[in-house]
Amino acid sequence: MDWNFYLNDIFPVLNRGLRMSLALILPSATLGLAGGFVLGMARAFGPSWLRKAGDVYTALFRGVPLVVQLFMLYYALPRLGLYLDGFSAAVLGFTLCSAAYHSEYVRGAALSVKQGQFRAAQALGMSPLQTALYVLAPQTMRRALPGCGNEIVYLIKYSSLAYLTTCVELTGEAKVLASQTYRYPEIFMAAGVYYLALTSLASLVLGKIEKRLRVPGFGRTI
Amino acid sequence: MRVEGAACVNEPREQSVLRLEGVGKSLGGRRILNDVSLSLRKGELKVLIGPSGAGKSTLLQCANCLIRPDQGEIFLDGERLNQHNSGQLRLFRRQVGMIFQDFNLFDHLSAQGNVSIALEKVRGLSRREAGERALAELARVGLADRAALYPAELSGGQKQRVALARALAMDPRAILLDEPTSALDPELVGEVLAVIRDLAAGGMTMLMATHQMDFARALADEILFMDNGRIIEQGGPDVLLRQGAGTRTLDFCTRLSLELAGRDGLKANGLELLP
Ligand SMILES: Nc1ncnc2c1ncn2[C@@H]1O[C@H](COP(=O)(O)OP(=O)(O)OP(=O)(O)O)[C@@H](O)[C@H]1O
Ligand SMILES: [Mg+2]
Repeated sequence: MDWNFYLNDIFPVLNRGLRMSLALILPSATLGLAGGFVLGMARAFGPSWLRKAGDVYTALFRGVPLVVQLFMLYYALPRLGLYLDGFSAAVLGFTLCSAAYHSEYVRGAALSVKQGQFRAAQALGMSPLQTALYVLAPQTMRRALPGCGNEIVYLIKYSSLAYLTTCVELTGEAKVLASQTYRYPEIFMAAGVYYLALTSLASLVLGKIEKRLRVPGFGRTI
Repeated sequence: MRVEGAACVNEPREQSVLRLEGVGKSLGGRRILNDVSLSLRKGELKVLIGPSGAGKSTLLQCANCLIRPDQGEIFLDGERLNQHNSGQLRLFRRQVGMIFQDFNLFDHLSAQGNVSIALEKVRGLSRREAGERALAELARVGLADRAALYPAELSGGQKQRVALARALAMDPRAILLDEPTSALDPELVGEVLAVIRDLAAGGMTMLMATHQMDFARALADEILFMDNGRIIEQGGPDVLLRQGAGTRTLDFCTRLSLELAGRDGLKANGLELLP
């Protein structure tokens, strides 16, 4: 095995790609989660026009392949006079798409909170905001966490599509290096290990959070 | 024993803790409550009975404005409640406790958390004070050793007792109870009724819908019999349930006990086909 090739060529290049991947994933995951939470709540409890609008949004972004969405953002928006650089287009695309998926989990979780608890909160003199903060949100969060966690792991993997908007991250760097050196197996094996490390780390952290928040009667039923 | 007479002229109706006057409510185009008036004096326990669909739950929820009545007035300690002032409404609700048939505990909080959350967030106690007060209330309903358990880990009777502790922690002027034992297995009914009995003995003002007629007979100051959204009979249990009283109330109770006996009889013979 040619360790020098790994040490001198592959790792430095992939590390650079990793930094770009993280720069894509972290804001996309955060914004996607926040957007998905708001969207999910709106789809669960909003006025009917808002629920319908949310449903249409979700159907659209879950139904159209992400590749197509990214092409639209990067190549079609400029036709409407809206120019996004490759990085922004990728982050926006990932955020919009993952928000749609998160909203599904959040909506289901919010609707599964037993209605009687809202009346109990009201009967204790809680305001609607207090009820949302201290009764609805903590239960929704716990119920949605496993699904949302999976979605974040998916995001790590589909962040490799950023090369479509000319944003060179882990996969992009690997591809460039491989095409220069023709050492496809080593390079993509290494890239795979990088992704595996990222997804494992994410799963680990998410598992810790889930465990921390675990309450009897909630969480995974399997 | 109520003394009507000269003394009461000087202490007019302000004596009542909670009073409803001419309360009415329509839902889905139907008149569900019709001109209901009642008043609870300090320390009184009144029991609400009546057939299913009579409007008992609706009345109880109107009485603390969980459902807003569209007619009539509500008074707490003689003061008229303005339903449209949301601040006043919240203040009113926290002074009138509500116990639900299906407990409605907060699933994500321990027994102690269920009791302390409103102390902390609504009454503004510090976390420590709220926690201590919650423990004291749980001890009062015999659950000091279950404080750390979550609703999913409690029996029905224990859940209802936590709900009672949660209501009591707010230092309510009165408590409304909507069939607090009817979701419980028969062997768990007693522990909940025992807590309510203690509350009554301690002078808590309560309005309770129930089908537990022995309890009502023994402890109610007054029975209110409802049908079709109206109170159609009211009086002490000794009056309404006296042998041969010929009241709708007695009639209803007789049928109720026959039904129960019939069902138990079938059960004993293993013939019960329907739940
Ligand atoms: N939101 C609603 N819309 C329309 N009708 C309603 C609504 N809520 C209750 N009702 C009707 O109001 C009537 C009274 O209901 P309520 O629950 O107060 O009766 P109840 O005396 O508590 O009966 P039960 O003994 O079965 O609990 C019923 O006929 C019910 O169908
Ligand atoms: Mg009812």
